[in-house]
Formats: sequence, structure tokens, C-alpha cells
Amino acid sequence: MVTTGQLVQPQPGRSGLDEQARRARLLSLGVVASVAVLVLVALLSLVVGAKSIPMHTVWDALFAYDGSDDQLIVRELRVPRMVLGALVGSAMALAGALMQALTRNPLADPGLLGVNAGAALAIVASISYLGATTLTEYVWFGLAGAAVTTFVVYVLGAAGRAGVSPVRLALAGAAIAAAFSGIISAIVLLSHDAFVDFRTWSVGSLTGRDSSVVTQVLPFIAVGTVIALAMAGSLNALSLGDDTARALGAKVGQIRLTGVVAVTLLCGAGTAAVGPIGFVGLIIPHVVRSFTGPNQRWLLPYSLLFGAILLLGSDVLGRVILHPGELQVAVVTAAVGAPVFILLVRRRRLSQL
Amino acid sequence: MSAGSVDLAVASSGPRRRVVRWGARFSWRYHTRAVVVGGLIWLATGVFLLIQLGVGEFSLSPGEVYRTLTGQGTPGQEFIIYDLRLPRVLTAVLVGIGLGMSGAVFQSLTRNPLGSPDIIGFTQGAGLAALAQIVIFHGGQTEIALSALGGGLAVSVLVYVLAYRKGVQGYRLILVGIGVSALLVSMTSYLLLNAQIIDAQVAFVWLTGSLNARGWEHVVPLALALVVLVPATLAMSRPMRLLEMGDDTAHALGVRVERSRTWLLVLGTALCAVAVSSAGPVGFIALAAPQVARRLTGSATVGLLPAGAMGALLLVLSDLAAQRVVAPAALPVGVATVSVGGLYLAWVLFRENQTGRA
Repeated sequence: MVTTGQLVQPQPGRSGLDEQARRARLLSLGVVASVAVLVLVALLSLVVGAKSIPMHTVWDALFAYDGSDDQLIVRELRVPRMVLGALVGSAMALAGALMQALTRNPLADPGLLGVNAGAALAIVASISYLGATTLTEYVWFGLAGAAVTTFVVYVLGAAGRAGVSPVRLALAGAAIAAAFSGIISAIVLLSHDAFVDFRTWSVGSLTGRDSSVVTQVLPFIAVGTVIALAMAGSLNALSLGDDTARALGAKVGQIRLTGVVAVTLLCGAGTAAVGPIGFVGLIIPHVVRSFTGPNQRWLLPYSLLFGAILLLGSDVLGRVILHPGELQVAVVTAAVGAPVFILLVRRRRLSQL
Repeated sequence: MSAGSVDLAVASSGPRRRVVRWGARFSWRYHTRAVVVGGLIWLATGVFLLIQLGVGEFSLSPGEVYRTLTGQGTPGQEFIIYDLRLPRVLTAVLVGIGLGMSGAVFQSLTRNPLGSPDIIGFTQGAGLAALAQIVIFHGGQTEIALSALGGGLAVSVLVYVLAYRKGVQGYRLILVGIGVSALLVSMTSYLLLNAQIIDAQVAFVWLTGSLNARGWEHVVPLALALVVLVPATLAMSRPMRLLEMGDDTAHALGVRVERSRTWLLVLGTALCAVAVSSAGPVGFIALAAPQVARRLTGSATVGLLPAGAMGALLLVLSDLAAQRVVAPAALPVGVATVSVGGLYLAWVLFRENQTGRA
């Protein structure tokens, strides 16, 4: 006698669970491959530069240090630069993914909370009125500016009873960012020195950043990254809409607050360290989402890795194109990323969050 | 009822909407609050406009301004008002209308409150072209305006072509626009960084948007262009509203989706183009004006006329602020639009905070 069990045989390898398992395996392999690519690009960034240093010298500089000039360059200049590039790239991409999840808006980038504008305003004000001259001073002001701005934006974006709504958060951030950029323009237009300094800072660049900057921003980025990765499950719930998320037991207000804190830490530290880099946070999540789908548990780690790869790769390219000078990393990132991104948009259907 | 009589009827969908009918074939349904708010905005614009006419190195009292406008002022006052200040404030009003309406069109098309002509990379393309003109070719005012126009249009066409695959729908246009904009912004920063410092400052002023030295040669082409574009855009307001409900619903309701969308894109871009070539890429008006107008009129979606009115008000206010804040130095108006627009939007959001509106 034929039972229903026999009639409904699942075909091997085609059931939903099998499909999911297969996907998870592929994505895990992808993570490993991405890490490998990252290590490769990182090593490349140690080799390439105004002076091309051979691979074995780099290896010795890292593990068998003997104080020669080339090894000094590697240790004092290039390793901090590489670490900073990887940190900032991953921080910006992660912050971008968080912002898009928090506001449920594919146009959101981490600058939307006004973080970039706050950091820039604090730095410009410190140059013009408080006499800050060194990079390390800029970084502290930038961090402070970013934190204050995010607080103001958050307060504005919170509706009286309902808590923070994504639309209001995005609009509040845009409003504050615009107001600050106006003040910045006013300051730099009225002061020649401020204009020159701002002009240099406003193109994000890894030049002249040494290990002191790295040690300054490392704690903030590390904490921000840990918070962000731990939020993956909550963000998945949030993406279903506030009401459904609450019905599933997620504390929507808390999630938003934590997310905003993480974005501030990541984006504020990144911008304060290297200046505004606008492309990474907006585009990387879209690129990653095209093959991971909207699941934040895959989206966030991949964004982290791809962001670091993009930034380090752009830095290498910038040093190669204008050898022995260099092209700022913000310029290369956009120049490289935009065509790739447009190609991707044309050929695949990017899922809409 | 005879043709030509006006029949006021309260529509059944709520006590605040009214319908005006002429004869059997024409009717117009309007929202009382929107009309009242729009009128107040125009009134405020007029007041600030008159104040603006009296402000400057040679300040004139409101009485003198009024006398000059009615033809009884001294030749000196007439020169100041008619040749210097009136064209400037009229440019401000017209540019504000153009930007506000353009912003409303794009926010409706993208169904996103952050939508603006920046989406298709128009502003960035115009900025880069003008920057190249200033820094590389050292052109004059007209050359700058024309290159801005050409650059902006070229970039918009490029973005449209890149996004076109059997039609331009969904997020593809937005995403391609963002990608191209990001590229242009980085190229602009790079050019700015490597230019001579003097050229860079001139370019920076233009890039923030400025109404300095705007004369009748700016006002007249702008007014002519708006006389054509504004009615054309208003005629498309019904398809625009229906497109917001989604392509399928709009199609079912008889809207030709692709054709309407293309027309709206063209009109929105044209409105922005005439504004940018007159005053430079004045920031934030296209983004803020429709949103502020929407909240003030209490409507569910962005409206074209309130957005245009709000744009004019914001720009006139900003010009006044830019000229007075650090007098006697006159800041370019773009500095104030972002500040005034940003702060006003923040205030409106804060007020909503009190009443609990989302």
C-alpha cells in the first residue's frame, strides 16, 4: 500500500534544509577565501610603495628584525599604515551595513547620522579656534565631535512615544549633517589657513598616519566591531519591521540605541583617523548582499572583510598609479568601486533589504 | 448649474477637503490646510523679500523700499533696488521654486524622503564640470554656467543609460546614481586638492552655491524656463501621485508607467538644471523643502506647489542670513541654505517629537 510518506519522497539534495546547509557551507568557504585575499592584499601593501621592498625583506622585518633601513620602513611606516587601512576599511563597511539595517533604507550610509560632519566640524573648529596642530589632537576632537553629533541626531530622531523611527533618524541625521557642513563652509571661507588645512584633510588619506593613530583608534573600532557582530540576530529581527520584531521579543528601542552607538564608534573613529571616506560604507553592503542575501549573520562578517580588502587594495593601487607619489585612498576607492558596483547593479537583481 | 459658476461641495472623504467645480467637466479637489499653509508661506516669502531689498551696504528703510518700488525713489535708490538687489532676490525666489519642485519630483519617484536630484548625479556632474572650467580653463561666469549645465545633463543621461534595462525601475536608478555620484565627488575633491589655492577658493565658493552678482540676465532666462517647466510638471502631478503606489497599481489605474517616469525624470532634471546653472549647486533645498512643506501641510506625500513655495522661502531666508550673519563679509548663500534648511528641518522634527507624529 502506498503511504503518503512514500508519495512525498524528498529528492536528494533538493530539500530546503539541504539547500540551506549547502549555502552555509559555500558561504563559510567564502569567508576563508576572503580572509586569504585580505592577507594577500595586506602583504602587497607592505611590499609596494615609493620604494619597492622585496618580499623576503618584509618577512625578515616582521619576524627577524635587524634594524636595516628597508626593514625600518616596513615596521615604522607600512605596517601601521596597513593595519590602519584594514581597520578603517572594515569599520566603515560594518558601519554602513549597520546603518542600512537600522534605518531600513538602502540609501543610508554611516555619514547619515551626521558622524562625518560632526567629526569634520570638530576638527575644523579645533584647527581654527583651538590651535590644534598634530594629527593625534585632531583624532580626539574628531571622536568627540562624532559622539556629540550622534547624540543630538538620536534625540531628534526619537518620536515622543513610539521610539526612534527609521525615517526620522535618517532625516534628522541629514538635517544635522547639512547644518554642520554649512558651518564648516563658513569657517573655511572666512579663514585662509583653515581652508588649506581642511582641503587637505577632506580627502581621506592614509598618508602620514603612524602607529600612534592606530593605537588611538584601535580600542574604539574593536569595541564597535564586537558590538556590531553581536547584534546580527537582533538586526535580522529588526528587518522584519518594528511590530513583527516586537512580537518576536526583540527590544526595538534598545537595538536601535546599541546600533547607533556601534556606528558612532566605528565611523567616528574611522573618519577621525583618516578623514572622510564616503564610498565604502554605502556600497560594500549592497555588493555583499547580492550573494549573501539579507541575513545579517553573513552580511556583517563579509562586509567587514570586503571593506578591509577594498581599502587596502585601493591604497596599493594609489601608490602604484602615481608612483613614486600617491593618489589618496578615498579617490581610488571611489574610482575603483563605482564601475564595479554599477556593473553589479546592471547584471544582478540586488535584493532590497 | 451653469458653466462658469463655482460650486463648493464638501467631499465625503473628510471635512477638510473641498472641491471646486466649473461646469460639468472641470473640478479641482484641494486640501484646505495645504492651501492656507501655501498662502502663508508665500506671504512670509514676500515679507522677507522686502526686508532683503532694504538690507546691505546701503541700508534702506521699508518705507524707502516701498517708495522706490512704486517709482518715487531717488535715482541712487532706484539703481540699488532695480539693478542690484531686485534681480538677486528674484533669482533666489525662482531658484528656490525650481529646486523645491525638483526635490519633490525626485522624492516621489524614488519613494524615499532622502531622494533629491543628487540621486541621478546631476549636482555632482554640474559641480565637477564647473570646477574643471574654473581650475583648468579659467573661464568666466557664462562659461561656468554653461559647463555646469552641460556637465550635469551629461551625467544624468549617463546614469539613465547605465540604469536602463527594458525600463528604469526600482532601485537600479538610485544605486547607479549613487555609484556615479560617489565617483564624481572623489574626482571633485581630488581636483580641488591639486588646484592653485586661489582657483580652489573661487571654485569652492561656486560649489557651495552663490547669488552674488546675479542680474537681470540671470532672472529672465530663469523665469522663461520656469514658465514652461512648472505647468508641465504640475500637469504630471496625477501620474506622479499614482506611480507612488507602485508600478503595477499605477498601470492598472491607466498610467503609462515608463513614459510617465521618463517624463518626470526629464522635468525634475530640467527644473534642477535651470536652478543650478543660475546659482550653482545650492545644497539641501531640494531635500529639505518638500519634507518641511509636507509636514507643515499635514499631507501624506510630497506636494509640488507647497514644495516650490517652501524652497523659495528657505532660499530667501538663507540669503538674508548669509548676508547678515558675518556682516560686512557676505557669505555665499549655499552656506546658509544648508544651515538654515538643516536647522529648520531639525526644528520641525523636534516639534513632531512633542506631538508624537512618526
